[in-house]
This record gives sequence, C-alpha cells and structure tokens, in this order.
Amino acid sequence: MWVRATLAYRTSFLLTAFGNFAASGLDFVAILLMFSRIRALGGFSLPEVAFLYGTCSLALGLSDLLLGNLSRLGARIRDGTLDTLLVRPAPVFVQIAADRFALRRLGRTFQALLVLGWALGRIDVDWTVGRVLMVPLMAVCGTAIFGAVYTAGAAFQFWAQDAAELQNSLTYGGNALLQYPPTVFARDLVRGVTFIVPLAFVNWLPALWLLDRPDPLGLPRWVAFLGPAVAALMCAGAGLAWRRGVRSYRSTGS
Amino acid sequence: MLYGAVVAGSFRRYATYRVATAAGVVTNTAFGFIIAYTYLALWSQRPHLGGYDRAQALTFVWAGQALFALIAYGGLDELQDRIRNGDVAVDLYRPADLQLWWLATELGRAGLQLIGRGVVPMAVGALAFPLALPGSALTWGWFLLSVALGVVVSFALRYLVALASFWLLDSSGLAMVSMLSCMFFSGLVLPLRVFPGALADLAQLLPWAALLQVPADVLMEARTGGALLRGLAFQAAWAVVLLALGRLVQSAATRKVVVQGG
Repeated sequence: MWVRATLAYRTSFLLTAFGNFAASGLDFVAILLMFSRIRALGGFSLPEVAFLYGTCSLALGLSDLLLGNLSRLGARIRDGTLDTLLVRPAPVFVQIAADRFALRRLGRTFQALLVLGWALGRIDVDWTVGRVLMVPLMAVCGTAIFGAVYTAGAAFQFWAQDAAELQNSLTYGGNALLQYPPTVFARDLVRGVTFIVPLAFVNWLPALWLLDRPDPLGLPRWVAFLGPAVAALMCAGAGLAWRRGVRSYRSTGS
Repeated sequence: MLYGAVVAGSFRRYATYRVATAAGVVTNTAFGFIIAYTYLALWSQRPHLGGYDRAQALTFVWAGQALFALIAYGGLDELQDRIRNGDVAVDLYRPADLQLWWLATELGRAGLQLIGRGVVPMAVGALAFPLALPGSALTWGWFLLSVALGVVVSFALRYLVALASFWLLDSSGLAMVSMLSCMFFSGLVLPLRVFPGALADLAQLLPWAALLQVPADVLMEARTGGALLRGLAFQAAWAVVLLALGRLVQSAATRKVVVQGG
C-alpha cells in the first residue's frame, strides 16, 4: 500500500528516489574529490576505499530499507499513534517497520551496489572461494549489525522519546566512519567501534583480511570471521532491549 | 514588534526539545571527529590544500558541525505541510506577512540552535584538536554577523522550496534536492576551496557559499579587511535577491491559491 501511495506523487517520488541515490552518493563524491588531490588516503587506494564504502553503504542501505522506519517510534509515542498499533493482532515491531515503507530508500542500496561492483573489479585481491564468499557474508552480517543498532535505538526511544538523532550518530555516523580506512582514525576510536559498539565487524575487519592488510589494533586474523557471531549477539541484545521497551511503555496523557 | 515576539516564541519553542538538542549535539560531535580525522589524513598528504593549513582545515570541520543545524535543512517542513493541507489559507488571512513570519520563526530557531547545538561541538573540537580560532572579539563579532546573513540566505532558499508546494503539492522531493545542493555547495562535504579548478570558482559564486564557506573563512581569519567586506557583501546580496524572489513567487502563489477540500 505504501508503495502505491508513494507512487501517487510521481514527480516527488522520482525526485526523492534520485535524492536518496544522490544523498548517499554525496559521500562518495567527497571521496572522489579527495582522491583528485591525493593518491592514497591512510595508505589505501581509491578502489580499496571504494570497497569499504560499498560494503558499509550496502549494509546500511539494506537495514535502513527494512528497519529504518523504527526511528519514527519517538514521533509515534509523542502523538499517541503507537497505541493503535498495540491493539492490533500483529507484532508491533513488524507494524512499525512496514508502516510508511519507503521505496525511495532503494536509492542508497542501488548506489552502494554500483560502487561496490566498480571496486570489486579494481581491488588487487587473490580471489579464492573463501574470499569470494566473504563479500556476501559481509553484506548479511553488516545488515544484521546495523539492524540491531536501529532496533536498540528504537527501544531506547521508549525511555527518551525524542532521541532519533542519537541512533543516527551510530548508523549514519558509523557509515561515515567505516567508509574510510581504519588507519585514518585514532586508535581509541578504532577500539571503540571494535569492542564497545562492534561496528568494525560490518566491513573493517573482514575487509582487512580480504585485502591482506594488518589490523591497526594488532588483532589476530581469525577475528575477521567473528562477524556472524557478533551480529547474532547484537541482534539478541537488541531484541531483548526492544521487549523490555514495549513492556515498560506507558501511553501519553495518562 | 510582532515579529520580535515570533522570534522569541520560536526560540522558546525549540528550547523545549532538550533531549533532541542533546542528541543533535552528540551526532554533530561524532561526525566532527570522523571528518576531522579524514581531513587530517588528507592534509598530511597535501599540506596547504586549498590554502588552508592543518589547523584551519580542522576549524572548518568544527565550524561546519556547529552551524549544521542552522543551515542544512531541506525545506520548511511545517510550511510545506500547511500548504499541502490547506492551513496556509488561514495564515494568509492573518494580519502578518507570510514571508516575514516564517523568517522570524527561522531566526528564533537558528538562535537557539547556535547556542544549543553550536557551542558544545565547537568547544569539544577545540579541546581535542588544535583549531585556528580567533583571539579578537571583533573577529567573533564579524563571524556572528556572517552566520546571521548565512541563516537568512538559507531561509530564503528554503522558503522558495516550500512555496513550490503550491504547484507540486508534495515538495519533499524538491526539498531533498535542495538539501543536497546545500550540503555539497555550502562546503559541508568538502571546503569549496578544495574543489578542483573551475568547480571551486563556480561553487564560491553560488548562494550556498554564503551558508558555511564565507562564515568559516571569516572565523579562521582567512578573510580579513577588503576580503571580509566582500564576503559579507556577497552574502547580503544573495539574501536580498533571494528574499525578493521569494516575494515574487509568494504573490504569484497567493493569487492562484485554491484551498483543497473547500
């Protein structure tokens, strides 16, 4: 239904879909502009940075397509429409995720795939079966990790009703971080996104293994394969937080 | 008098969103760190890129994050909604000018955002990185004037986008395109001086340059004396032109207004 609704204002749909495509592409344009002045950033070439960009942008794009609407939870709590969803015989989580399902969000995914395809053809990798399989695995785990962040962020809104932006600093901020090589950043920042909010498993750690680069933190190489376990743990944690959030919810105006 | 009250009301209104403001501060600070490190990597490869030294490049980053909430908005969502659902008809009957009314609310919002979302990221940036912040109060004064002019230009652009709702009904797509142009051509993505060749020259003539590039240059004293005055004149000229254009479109729109559903 929301797909048809979006298509009703055709000029606007085309503009927003293009806008979404271009908005996420803007970061890549920034990278291209930077590389018009330099040959390597943090020791990484343009195709390598494009590979990092493509993988994290794809993961964010997919999780945003599926769960991006959860950030509207705060608004729903404030205007009281969450109550409507609670009395319906379907999981609230699914209802919120599907409400106002925004087709235009495909723009980011499409753009990420384009950059990723370009990068895959140009990075200097000895493609074994394991390395080839690592790329889709990264996309799946990355989507799950960002999805967990969306869910946890939404659960947090049950307590702080107007904090959608806080989650943005982890999703969009994480995306902005992960599209550059880890060598660019201060050690403590890299440690933070490895051990505290393990966003580094979206693409940094597997990509370092794929590109045969040393990890700036000196972690053993098998850490690159922990992606699925980390993603599963994060999803479980986010799920618990969500359940607690729903249970503790008290409607407005009471 | 009336518009002064609107400014104050708008300021107070946005002051009530404390958690949202705090969340915004966190986001802007996080982005500030990320961009600052990428700029450090960039400037370590090419010192004096775009005529900035390292401290100036970092100052640009944090100025951008401090001003982000003031300038980088796609449209005037509320006005757009009021046009789409017809409430604007009520606004047009009010004994206040539509454009001035919304300019006043924007100035109130910008004032709060500057204090609420601008000061903290800038202070954190100054603690974490060596910034090229001016020592003289006069420069800070020029900077604030330049920011104010930037806010007016930003408003004038967004007002035009919102008025497009009279024809498009849903101008959120246009708002998005407008926001993108704003992100790209204001310098939020990369300082305009760092753009390659002719693009750098072109970008510095467009109205978006008034939003961040000019205020940031004023702050880091990359514009002084004649260049400072030229920068402010550039901003003021775009403000006048765009506000006048807004007037024209507004009168065309109000002549054709048909209230939906009535």
